Amino acid sequence: MISLAVKSHVLILGIETSCDETSASCVLDGSTILSNVIASQADMHRRFGGVVPEVASRKHVEYMLPVLDQALHEAGVSARDLDAVAVTRGPGLVGALLVGISAAKAVAFALNIPILGVNHVEGHIYANILANPELRPPFICLTVSGGHTDLVFVPEHGRFEVLGRTRDDAAGEAFDKAARVLGLGYPGGPAIDRAAREGDPGAVNFPRAYLEEGSFDFSFSGLKTALIAHINRLKSQGELPHIPDIAASFQEAIVEILVDKTIMAAHVTGARRVAVSGGVAANSRLRERLSQRAAGQKLEVFYPPPVLCTDNAAMIACAGYYRFIRGQMSSLDMEVDPRLELAVDSV
Amino acid sequence: MLGEALGSFLDRGDVVTVSGELGAGKTCLAQGVALGLGVRDRVTSPTFTIIQEYDGRVPFYHIDLYRLRDAGDLEGLGFEDYIHGDGVVLIEWPGLVEGILPAARLEVEISLPDGENDREILLTPVGPRFEVLLVEFERRAKEIGSLVIACD
Repeated sequence: MISLAVKSHVLILGIETSCDETSASCVLDGSTILSNVIASQADMHRRFGGVVPEVASRKHVEYMLPVLDQALHEAGVSARDLDAVAVTRGPGLVGALLVGISAAKAVAFALNIPILGVNHVEGHIYANILANPELRPPFICLTVSGGHTDLVFVPEHGRFEVLGRTRDDAAGEAFDKAARVLGLGYPGGPAIDRAAREGDPGAVNFPRAYLEEGSFDFSFSGLKTALIAHINRLKSQGELPHIPDIAASFQEAIVEILVDKTIMAAHVTGARRVAVSGGVAANSRLRERLSQRAAGQKLEVFYPPPVLCTDNAAMIACAGYYRFIRGQMSSLDMEVDPRLELAVDSV
Repeated sequence: MLGEALGSFLDRGDVVTVSGELGAGKTCLAQGVALGLGVRDRVTSPTFTIIQEYDGRVPFYHIDLYRLRDAGDLEGLGFEDYIHGDGVVLIEWPGLVEGILPAARLEVEISLPDGENDREILLTPVGPRFEVLLVEFERRAKEIGSLVIACD
């Protein structure tokens, strides 16, 4: 006699260590976040009695186990309840990725459960599905952060067509560096956003790099150079830069290109839904302009809440859930890939 | 083009530091070096990831220390393994690591003297390997006529 256990719920542990954040999360059925612990959060600062250095791979090693324990504890589950473990396999910093993948392998091996290798950008895309269960493919997702500017078409779950990316600086990086040039502090994205509210976005006509006709790629390094040249020109003429105007104009140049290309991508692919993810998804002007343009085109727009915009393990667990139900398990000898491509399946 | 020409001269174990203000064109130069090393992948700013590895004629390690606050952060990044490793290492914002760089290296400094588009590029060889390499490079540069960073 064969008895089949049919599980009605799937509990996935997600692990993310691709860059600065050490994060672990328990997500039920790809939609309910039971816990989402991120080691750079204030409570972790207190727990470790100090400030977490902005960049230090070794902190992943120190934090991984406490973060894992806390993720299980906050979720009110025990390790035995887990059905699978999902982990970021790339892209990212190799030493940082190794910590997460080693922890995930240990968990999978000890509990004899499947391991699911997830692409970090796939995770960002799935942050939208985690936050908005009504979002279903096909859709366009613009992932914009300090490290990524990726415009991706998702025709169905688990399929990703990268339409365009940055050729130099990421959008979030451009914001950070501009904020430094303008003396607005860190993190640069929110600082520019705030300063820009008092400024005129048409004050300075910064260049928009649309690149070749029909290209979905981005380039922001020329814009950065133009900003610095503008400040230097003002200085040499003995003029004081009007920071809010410059911040608003700089932001407008980035937002306009991001919005134009995202809307164009929806046109070309026929997608009626558009999602934004990554840290820059929190930018108020980007949301305002994209929502305006999308409304005119009768497109639906989705944004994740701020906690799911930053690097976090809940989005990895969600992406892992969709791999799990498709039966796309990875194997225990899976390796990290610091330059993992989105289109290549990480089985 | 300068970067590409430079890249074609570089070999395993070579370390190049690139300094200059924001927007000077450091990553652009690195893209050229990568091209000269036969890297086919797109080379983007490594500010966020700190270290990016590429496969070319020899491995190319593109390092950006812009976000680092103190040299202690380099532990765990395997920095010393890279600079004494099997590839060409290019380091942007090298200020933090000046004390631990290898005795032989090429220092590139990019400046924008008038704050506009013209760039001044200063190449300083440290150690005999790069002194020889630069003499050869200069001869090659004269053959080409002019060298500019092809960007923007």
